[in-house]
Amino acid sequence: MTHNGFGPDLVEVFGPSQQDGGPELVQLLTPEGERVDHPDFRFDTGGEPEDEVVRGFYRDMVLTRRIDVEATALQRHGELGIWAQLLGQEAAQVGAGRALRPQDFVFPTYREHGVAWCRGVDPLNLLGLFRGVDQGGWDPAANNFGLYTIVIGAQTLHATGYAMGMQRDGVVGTGDPDRDAAVVAHFGDGASSQGDVNEAFIFAASYNAPVVFFCQNNQWAISEPIERQTRIPLYQRALGFGFPGVRVDGNDVLATYAVTQAALQRARDGQGPTFVEAYTYRMGAHTTTDDPTRYRLSDDLERWKLKDPIARVEVYLRRNGLAGDDFFAAVQEEADDLGVHLREGCKALPDPQPLSMFDHVYAEMTEELAAQRDGFAAYLDSFEGAR
Amino acid sequence: MAQKVTLAKALNMGLRKAMEDDPKVLLMGEDVGKLGGVFRITDGLQKDFGEDRVIDSPLAESGIVGTAVGLALRGYRPVVEIQFDGFVYPAYDQIVCQVAKIHYRSQGKLKMPMVIRIPFGGGIGAVEHHSESPEAQFAHTPGLKVVACSNPVDGYWMIQQAIKSDDPVIFLEPKRQYHADKADLDETATPEPLFRSRVVRAGGDVTVLAYGPTVKTALSAAEAAAGEGRSLEVIDLRTLSPLDMAPVYESVRRTGRVVVTHEAHVNLGIGAELAARITEECFYSLEAPVLRVGAFDAPYPPSRIEEDFLPDLDRVLDAVDRSLGF
Repeated sequence: MTHNGFGPDLVEVFGPSQQDGGPELVQLLTPEGERVDHPDFRFDTGGEPEDEVVRGFYRDMVLTRRIDVEATALQRHGELGIWAQLLGQEAAQVGAGRALRPQDFVFPTYREHGVAWCRGVDPLNLLGLFRGVDQGGWDPAANNFGLYTIVIGAQTLHATGYAMGMQRDGVVGTGDPDRDAAVVAHFGDGASSQGDVNEAFIFAASYNAPVVFFCQNNQWAISEPIERQTRIPLYQRALGFGFPGVRVDGNDVLATYAVTQAALQRARDGQGPTFVEAYTYRMGAHTTTDDPTRYRLSDDLERWKLKDPIARVEVYLRRNGLAGDDFFAAVQEEADDLGVHLREGCKALPDPQPLSMFDHVYAEMTEELAAQRDGFAAYLDSFEGAR
Repeated sequence: MAQKVTLAKALNMGLRKAMEDDPKVLLMGEDVGKLGGVFRITDGLQKDFGEDRVIDSPLAESGIVGTAVGLALRGYRPVVEIQFDGFVYPAYDQIVCQVAKIHYRSQGKLKMPMVIRIPFGGGIGAVEHHSESPEAQFAHTPGLKVVACSNPVDGYWMIQQAIKSDDPVIFLEPKRQYHADKADLDETATPEPLFRSRVVRAGGDVTVLAYGPTVKTALSAAEAAAGEGRSLEVIDLRTLSPLDMAPVYESVRRTGRVVVTHEAHVNLGIGAELAARITEECFYSLEAPVLRVGAFDAPYPPSRIEEDFLPDLDRVLDAVDRSLGF
């Protein structure tokens, strides 16, 4: 079928719309916990015992989910103003996070709590932004994990520029595995409509920058379904920009790890950007202020529950005798400890002092801002016993 | 060792010196490479410093500034060229939400040493979007510093100082002056600090505040006024955020009369802020209200009538007359 000389129509090129991710979905562990092979991507643990790595992924995902559950509860208790939930996206984030090397750098959105966990950021530091005591409580240089970016898609350009900096620093394509580095830019399906994301694709392609565009397609941008953002599978867009795209089962931690690892290596080797579409589902709300019952049916949710990223790994580990009750109990205990750490730590986060709002506006403070600060300090001091 | 140079040449020399002094300095923008920029400000720099340091970018202003953010985070000192003032708006989000706030958001852990060069102002007979004066939109944004050079000597020094600054600087260049007047540039001189305004003509009757392209207008007005026995003091503000008010207050306390002139729209422009501050600090010295001479609050008109739209010598003198009439 053609459109009057405009070539084949979309269905002919891309196939019918696939609710389940389609046959192109890269998968190494099925929702039933069965290991399967893929012709292009294999689970390469770099010499580490495979079962140990999978147990590590399981632990990461359980603890990541616990961070999310605790933070959601803290919001309900009024301890956080808002929280951006990641429920259901643990495999996408842990797979992407564990594929990184120390020298790689990550530019997250505001939902990458699982990647932050993998990078060694204390999850308590993630809460400050949502509690309103700071705007990013970790040092990006300490873990090569950037600050959360709220403006949708803006960080994809920062990631591309940072990758261009790596090129100029001579840490791309040297062949030294401890030296070669790359960048991961996180974003979501909604962000794929942003101009900045499309500009990032163009800049990265033009300069062959070592950046992996990691899109968690969780099907929803607040209330807007993926169909509002795209008429074709998102990963197919990459070709139009001049670099490869791949769709991976975002609920399969092994596949996400394998695909991200391959994309990162491609970037580190100097072969340029890759688009990874992690096909997943936002099981929770957009944030704690959102109400998905207003715009989506519970059928979808029930269907995706069967694809839970953690349950399939547990089934795989148990069925193959790779982990027993002791292991699962130990992880549970660790999660409980993490819960205590978050609950107690969150409530103990100090409010910033009012005068701190003037700090760090500039690297070099201006006289006029210092005068404003001093005036406000004198005003505060004018109240008896105020400070 | 002074040589006579235009503003365009002085900026080119300043950029070259900054790149020689610091290998982390990069230039980025549309057509800045082989062409040397549409105004030739980066002429010859790609040939001498290579394509990795003088980067021709895709045609996407948000992309230019957004990737420059990443380069700065990686330890570079990007100097980006926005081709024309009216084309900066696609980058407005990156400038206001990212460039201006990253140091603050990170509690000082991340620095954003970026210079965004914008040729600004009118008077070149251009089509729409090529003659705008968006400075107030950036001066209104905490986290940014905004400066405007008015002459070749300042251009040479100020661009280097802006590049050395660890804060992001919006660097405004009066495009109609690029290839106009030449000035003696002594590269061995000691420049004054970047964030300082300067009295460029002493006088006692009325203080005229100007920056960028209107400094020349103000000086011409002062010359003409002198013929009528009126003594205008002209201050080149140079820095718009922060404002350097001390020389202004000192002057106003002597003259009691102020006229502000800029090419930007009068409504909520830099002149409005100057009027407010002068009123707060010099209320008892004022003999007349602070008067503003700027562009009218209409979009930039077709260029055949742009000289009616922009402040000129006669409108400045008219304001001086009104000020003295109080």
